[in-house]
Amino acid sequence: MLALWIILAIIVILLLFFWGGYNALVKLRNQVKNAWAQIDVQLNRRHDLIPNLIETVRGYKDFERSTLEAVTAARNQAQAGASANPAERAKLEGALGGALSRLMAVVEAYPDLKANQSFLALQTQLAETENKISSSRQVYNDTVLGLNNKIQMFPSNIVASIAGFKAAELFKVETPEEKEPVQVKF
Amino acid sequence: MWEQIRSNQIRSAVLVTLMALILLLVGFFIGLALGSPIAGLIIAFIIWGIMTLVAFFQGDSILLSVSGAKKTSRADNPQLYNVVEEMKIASGLEKMPDVYIIDDPALNAFATGRDPNHAAVAITSGLLQKLNRDELQGVIGHEISHIKNRDVRLMSLLAVLLGAIVILANYAWMFAFLGGMNASGTNTNKRRSSRGGGGTGIVQIFVVVIALILAILAPILAQLIYFAVSRKREYLADASSALYTRYPEGLASALEKLSTSTTQVKAANKATAPMYIINPFRKKGMSMSDLTSTHPPTAERIRILRAMGGGASLADYERAYKQTKGKGGIIPPSALAGEPTATQSRRASTYRVVATG
Repeated sequence: MLALWIILAIIVILLLFFWGGYNALVKLRNQVKNAWAQIDVQLNRRHDLIPNLIETVRGYKDFERSTLEAVTAARNQAQAGASANPAERAKLEGALGGALSRLMAVVEAYPDLKANQSFLALQTQLAETENKISSSRQVYNDTVLGLNNKIQMFPSNIVASIAGFKAAELFKVETPEEKEPVQVKF
Repeated sequence: MWEQIRSNQIRSAVLVTLMALILLLVGFFIGLALGSPIAGLIIAFIIWGIMTLVAFFQGDSILLSVSGAKKTSRADNPQLYNVVEEMKIASGLEKMPDVYIIDDPALNAFATGRDPNHAAVAITSGLLQKLNRDELQGVIGHEISHIKNRDVRLMSLLAVLLGAIVILANYAWMFAFLGGMNASGTNTNKRRSSRGGGGTGIVQIFVVVIALILAILAPILAQLIYFAVSRKREYLADASSALYTRYPEGLASALEKLSTSTTQVKAANKATAPMYIINPFRKKGMSMSDLTSTHPPTAERIRILRAMGGGASLADYERAYKQTKGKGGIIPPSALAGEPTATQSRRASTYRVVATG
């Protein structure tokens, strides 16, 4: 008779454990989704700012067409890839970032453009958006770390595999420039 | 990040419970000394209830209007607004806090709000002028983390409890004095007592003594708890700011600028002091590391931030804290559990558009 009660108690404890573990995982997964949505908002803002930027710069005679076109192409690709997984998007956004860097480097040679009010305003807005992308990326990656830890560590990994939770991807953006080896010239 | 927030919430609950128990203990013993422990408990509850209601309804608006803060918008102060928005994103706050500016040459900032959805950040015009963007981000990050960790609510609750304990202890003196005089004066003084029979005299005196000791010790103990908690939360807010900004040097450099200025903020008082970023009552030469200070010494806060090496995570702050103080730790292990450990700090921002992706 006692054995029956003990077995019952064990079953109840296991159920409670599963209940708690499952809810914790759901909460983390939703936090990851929310963090990703925040990044999405900022990335969209960046995409929206670029056409204006291109227009402002295009008016300046002799501005390198190829640079402008590269930015437009990268931006369109990034926008098209808006529903891809984090690793894919990271690549596309990194490419866009690289194209923007090169654009800004070329702008250095145009003092009129650098003093243009609309250009300065857009540049500031882009800079602010870059900062917010950074912040939201931090939050996303930290949250993903928390979720992945819970999914992979014992004993919550038991609950995770039973309930079918998958580890999330980190959002790591690298610009192509960062990948090139640093040239040291004396 | 979320582990740390959850761990803070649990700790806050424990602290409030602890202080409440002290309050009820004082009430109980005073009641016991005067003949009715139940009455003592009830009176303690009533005092606590009234003060909580007052504090709750007083809320943020009084603090903000007393300090002369004016609400500002994205159009009026784009850089400040953007910095607050970045920190709101980095801390995971759901709703953007209101941003206020205080027209005061003194350098200070504070956060207020009973919960993260009704929060506000205020900064003096003096401070806004003096700081660069990285430093401003550090200060705002510190304030936002007070909001996120619900420190504002915790400190108000503890302040109310502390106040109630002090009031009760005050009256305990009066009643014990009167009660004691009565007992020694006449033998026919009847007291309702659940104990029957002989020996009640000694027990009665014993209870009175305990009540008096509690009346002296409880306020002291409560004060120590209150100030210790305040200081601990300040360290934690510094650590969180480093995590959100990924640039501890920003806050360190801002604190340096703050500490060299001695202009006092006009409208601060002891109850609102914990919410300012730096002790508004510091005076040159006065020791700030005493037990009744709401803030840890600024020089120490700067040292810890600068000892973080190239890291920006909570674990890095914990390591820097142990290194600087030579003992203990400030961040509970439960908070460090799910946190990233190898977080790199970024370089100083250059305010130009450099695409980072």
